[in-house]
Amino acid sequence: MIAVTFAALFGHWWRNPLQLFTLLAGLALATALWSGVQAINAEARASYDAAAATLGEGQFDRLVRSDGQPIAQDTYIALRRAGWLVSPVIEGRVADARLIGLDPLSAPGGLTPVGLRNIGGLQDFIVTSGRIFAAPDVALDGAVSDPAIAPGTAIADMGTVQKLLDRPNELDALIVGPQQPLGQTSLDQIAPQLSRQVAQGGSDIGQLTDSFHLNLTAFGLLSFAVGIFIVHGAIGLAFEQRRATVRTLRALGVPLRLLVCLIGGELLGLALIAGAIGVGLGYLIAVFLLPDVAATLRGLYGAEVTGTLQLRPIWWATGMAIAVGGTGVAASTALWKLSRMPLLTGAQPRALAVIAGRGVKVQAAVSAGLLCIAFVLALTANGVVTGFVLLGALLIGAALGLPIVLRAVLGFAANCSHGVVSSWFWADTRQQLPGLSLALMALLLAMAANVGVSTMVSSFRLTFVAFLDQRLASELYVTAQSPEQAASLVDFVTPRVDVVLPIMSAQVKIAGRATDVFGARNHATYRDNWTFLTAGKTPWKDVHANVAILINEQLARGADLTVGDVVNVGEQPLTIAGIYGDYGNPIGQAIIAESLFQKLFPDVRPLRFGLRLPRKEVDELVKDLQSEVGFPTSSVINQAGIKAHSLAIFDRTFTVTTALNVLTLSVAGFAILMSLLTLTAMRVPQLAPAWAMGLTRAQLGRLELIRTVMLAVLTGAIALPLGLALAWVLLVVVNVAAFGWRLPMYLFPWDYAQLGVLAILAAGLAALWPALRLARTPPADLLKVFSNER
Amino acid sequence: MNVRLIALLLWLPAASLAQGFAGLGSSAEGFALPETNPTFTFPSDDGAHPDFRIEWWYLTANLTGDDGRDYGLQWTLFRTALTPTDGTGWSSPQLWMGHAAVTTPDAHFVTERLARGGIGQAGVTAQPFEAWIDEWTFSGPDSDAILRAAGPDFAYDMTLQATGPRVLHGDAGYSVKSAGGQASYYYSQPFFDIAGTLQLPSGDVTVTGNAWLDREWSSQPLGADQTGWDWFSLSFDDGSKLMGFLLRGDGDYSRATLIRADGTTVAYPDGAFNAEKIVQSQVAGRGVPTTWKVTLPDAGIDVVVSALNTQSWMDTSVPYWEGPVRVTGSHTGRGYLEMTGYE
Repeated sequence: MIAVTFAALFGHWWRNPLQLFTLLAGLALATALWSGVQAINAEARASYDAAAATLGEGQFDRLVRSDGQPIAQDTYIALRRAGWLVSPVIEGRVADARLIGLDPLSAPGGLTPVGLRNIGGLQDFIVTSGRIFAAPDVALDGAVSDPAIAPGTAIADMGTVQKLLDRPNELDALIVGPQQPLGQTSLDQIAPQLSRQVAQGGSDIGQLTDSFHLNLTAFGLLSFAVGIFIVHGAIGLAFEQRRATVRTLRALGVPLRLLVCLIGGELLGLALIAGAIGVGLGYLIAVFLLPDVAATLRGLYGAEVTGTLQLRPIWWATGMAIAVGGTGVAASTALWKLSRMPLLTGAQPRALAVIAGRGVKVQAAVSAGLLCIAFVLALTANGVVTGFVLLGALLIGAALGLPIVLRAVLGFAANCSHGVVSSWFWADTRQQLPGLSLALMALLLAMAANVGVSTMVSSFRLTFVAFLDQRLASELYVTAQSPEQAASLVDFVTPRVDVVLPIMSAQVKIAGRATDVFGARNHATYRDNWTFLTAGKTPWKDVHANVAILINEQLARGADLTVGDVVNVGEQPLTIAGIYGDYGNPIGQAIIAESLFQKLFPDVRPLRFGLRLPRKEVDELVKDLQSEVGFPTSSVINQAGIKAHSLAIFDRTFTVTTALNVLTLSVAGFAILMSLLTLTAMRVPQLAPAWAMGLTRAQLGRLELIRTVMLAVLTGAIALPLGLALAWVLLVVVNVAAFGWRLPMYLFPWDYAQLGVLAILAAGLAALWPALRLARTPPADLLKVFSNER
Repeated sequence: MNVRLIALLLWLPAASLAQGFAGLGSSAEGFALPETNPTFTFPSDDGAHPDFRIEWWYLTANLTGDDGRDYGLQWTLFRTALTPTDGTGWSSPQLWMGHAAVTTPDAHFVTERLARGGIGQAGVTAQPFEAWIDEWTFSGPDSDAILRAAGPDFAYDMTLQATGPRVLHGDAGYSVKSAGGQASYYYSQPFFDIAGTLQLPSGDVTVTGNAWLDREWSSQPLGADQTGWDWFSLSFDDGSKLMGFLLRGDGDYSRATLIRADGTTVAYPDGAFNAEKIVQSQVAGRGVPTTWKVTLPDAGIDVVVSALNTQSWMDTSVPYWEGPVRVTGSHTGRGYLEMTGYE
C-alpha cells in the first residue's frame, strides 16, 4: 500500500514538472546564497585564526632596529644573556610565498606551526631535514601542507630559513615574551639601536573585519528568507492541488498518519536534493566572490584571506540543515492543515482565496503586532541583537502586512472604477492576490533591502569622502626611516613649504580604554578643516592652551564621555573640548597640543609629516626629495593619491554587497515568474467567461502584463519607505551598537528611481511569458470550461 | 605551542616509543654509552660530553636566612642531544633546559628556560668553568664561584666556595641504575659553602648555607620499565653525607653512597638503602609522599626525612617534585629530596 500511495502522491510532480522545478530551484537558490556567504565568512575566519596562530601579530611587542636594517644574531644572544626573553624571527620571500623562520623553543606560546605537534619532529624541524610547513595555497618543494598556517605563508626553523635566504646570522625582529624575569638590564645598555614596537592590542583582525562579515551574513539571511517564501508558495500550491488525490486515498482506506508521513518524507527527500544542489551552487558563488572579498579585506584592513576555498563542514552542513529546516518550517502549516482537513472536502479551485480569506484576520493581527514591536524597539534598541530583532520585526511585519494593504488599495480602486472591463480587472486582481502575495512579499523584501543597503552604502561613501577631505588636508605626506632622517627632512623642506605638520602618536589608556593620542601643531589647517560632532565654543584654542583634549566618537561612546568631562592622560587632567567622527577605527583616538604631547611623551619622535604647500609645487618638491634628500618614492605620498586609493578600497568593499543585491533581486523576480506560471493553469476557468463575453485573448494577455506591473509598482511604493526605515535602523542602531560610530543618513532619489525601473522591468519580464501563454491558449481549452462545470 | 609538548619531544627520538620516566629508558641508538672503570679528569670533565644523550649540572642548597628561617634553592642545567651527530649554529642537535627554584616554608617559586645549542644562548665550558643559559650562570673556580638565576617573581645571586673534594658514585663513577645494567657516569661536589641574597616577592633575604652539585651524563640511564625515582641527598650535622636513590619499576632498585667528612666514600649495592613512605600529601593534584623513613642499616642510618614545604612541585615541562628536607632520627641534618614519576 505504501508504494502505491507514494506513487499516487508523487505522481503529482510528474504531471506538474514546473511546480517541482519551482520548489527545487527556489530552495536551491536560497541555500546557495546562504551557504555561499557562509563559506566566504568561514574561510575568512579560518585565515584570521591561522594568521594569529602563525604570526601572533598584534599579540606581542617586538624589538626592531629603528633604521629598519636586519638585527645581528649576536644582539639576540646578548639580549638573552642580559635577561631578555625574546624570540628571533626572520622573514623573506621564496617562490612568491612569505617564508618565516622562528625558533620553536623560545617562541611565545601559540607561535609555532601546528604541524609540529602531529609530526613529532623537533628533530626533523631543527636538525635532520629542515622541514618547512606551508599553507595549502603555497607551492614549495618538500613542504608539508598545514591548513592552520596563514595564507601565502610558510614556516621553518630559523637555521633553515637563514640558509634558504642566504642571510647567515641575521634576524629581522625579536618578539618580546609576555613575561620577563626580574633584574633585566635595560634595552639602552644592551642594544641601543633597537626600539620596541608595542603590540597593537586593539586591532585584532577578527574584530576589525566583523562589520564586513556582518554585512555578508545579513545578506545571506535575507536571501534565504526570500527563497523560503518561494518554497512556501510552492508547497502550499502542491498541497492544494493534491487535495483531491488525498481525499480519494483516504476514502480508499489509507491512514492519515501514513499520508502525512509520506508527504513529509517526500518533502524531506526533495529538500535534501535541493539542499545539495544549493550547497554546490553556493560553493561556486563563493569561489567566484572570494578573490574580491580577499582583495577587499587586504586593502581595507590588511587582513590576509586566502583566495582558495576549502570545503569546511560548517558551511555545507549548516547549508543542508537550513535547507531541510526551512522546508520543514514552510511545510509545517500545510501538513498541519492536511491533518485537520475533513475527509470529504472537495478540491475547490478557489481554495486558495478561501483559505486566504479566513487567515487574513490572523495575518493582519500578526503584522500589526510585529510593527508595534518594531516601533517600540526603534525607540529603545541599543544593542546589536536588539537592532537585528528590530530589523526582523520590521521586515516580517511589513511583508505580512503587504497583501492586506494591497487588498485595501485594490478595493478602493475597484470602487472608483467605471466600466465593465476595469471593474472586472480590479476584481480579478483582488481574486488573484493571494496566489501572488508570496511572490510580492519576496519582491518587497528584495526591493526594501536594496533601497536600505544602497542608502547606507551611499551615505557611508558621502561621509567617507568628506571625512577624507578633513583628515587628509595636507598636500603631501612623507615618512622618514629614523629620527636623523626626519631631522634632515624637516631642515630641507621647511623653507619650501607653508608649514610642516608632524604626525606623532603614542598609545595610552584614557578612561580605561586603549587610545592613540596624537599631538597637533598649532596651525590653521586643523581649524579650517576639522568638523566636530559636538564641541565647546573654542575647541582648538582650548587645546593649544594645554588645558583641553579632543576625542573621537568611539571613545566618547565607549567611555560615556561628553564635552566638558575631565579625563586624565597619564597624570595630566584635561577637559574634553570636542568630539569628532572617526569612521572605521575600532579604538579610541584623542588629540592634544604638540607642546603638551612632547611634555608627556618626550621619547616619541615623529617620523611622518604632512606638508602644506600650493598644489602646483607638489610634483617639483617630490622630485627634489628623491634626488636631493634621497627619499624613496614609497615614502612620499600625495594627498590625491591616498584619497583615490582609499576610495577604491571603499568601492571594492561594496562590490560584493552589490553582487548579492542583484542576486537577491533576481531571486524575487524568479519567484514572481514561478507564481505566475503555476497560477496560469488555474486561471483558465476565471478567464473563460471574460473571453466568452468578448475580450480577446490578446487583450487578456495585455491585461495580465499590466496587472503584474501595477502590482510591482504598488509593492515598490511600499518598499521605498520600508527600505528607508531599514537604512535608518542600520545606520542609527546597528552600526552604532556594533562599531561605536554613527553615520548621517542621506537620500538618493536617483538611485531609488533606478531601482524602481529595474524592479518593474524584472516584474514585466517575469510576467511576459505567462502573458504570452495566456494569449495563445487554444480557444478549445477555454470552451471546455463551460462543458465541465467544475 | 604547549611548552610541555616541546620538552616532551626533547626527550623522544622521533622513531622510538617513550620508555621509562621522561623517555630516559629509550634505547641509546648511536649515542656513546658509559663504560666500567672510567677515569675522570678535572676540570675538563666538569664540562659537557656531547656524545652522550643526556647530561646535567644539578645544584641544590640548604640555606638559613638572616630571619632565622630555612630556605632551599635549586639551579639546574640539562643538556640533551636530539641526534648523535654534529652540527653548528642552528643545526646543532644540542638542546638546553634550565630549572631554577626557591623554596620557603610557605612558598615555592619555580621557573624554566629552554635554549638551542650551537648559537651561544646556553652552554658549558670547562676551563674556565662556566655553565649558563640566558642570563642564568654558574661559573668560576671551585674556590670562588657565582650562581645566578631569575624568574618573573624571584631571583637569586650567590657565591660558593668548595670546602672538600669531588666524590664519585657507584663504582668509581660508573653508577648502575637497574638490574638490566643501564648506567651513567655520576659524580658530585657536595662540599660547597654558599651565601648570597634571595629576591622574593616578600622582600630580599640574605642567606648562608651549604650546597651540593650533582653531575651526571649517560645515554640510557633507565630501564624501560622504570617509571621514576626518589633521590635523597642528606647532609648530617656530624659532617657526613648520604646520597641514596630508589628507582621504581617492575622491581625496585636502590643505590647509595655514604660520604664521610673527609671526602672518602663507601658505595652500597642494591638493597642496602631503603626508603619507605610514611606520609603522603596532595601536591598539584597528585598523591606524593613527603615524609620518608630512610634506612641504611649497614651504616647505622635510621632517619625520618620530611619536606620543609610539601608543595615543592616543579611545574615545568616535565614536572617533578624537588624541595629541601629536614632529617631527624639516628642522625640529624638537612638535605634535598627529588621525586619523579608521580602522576
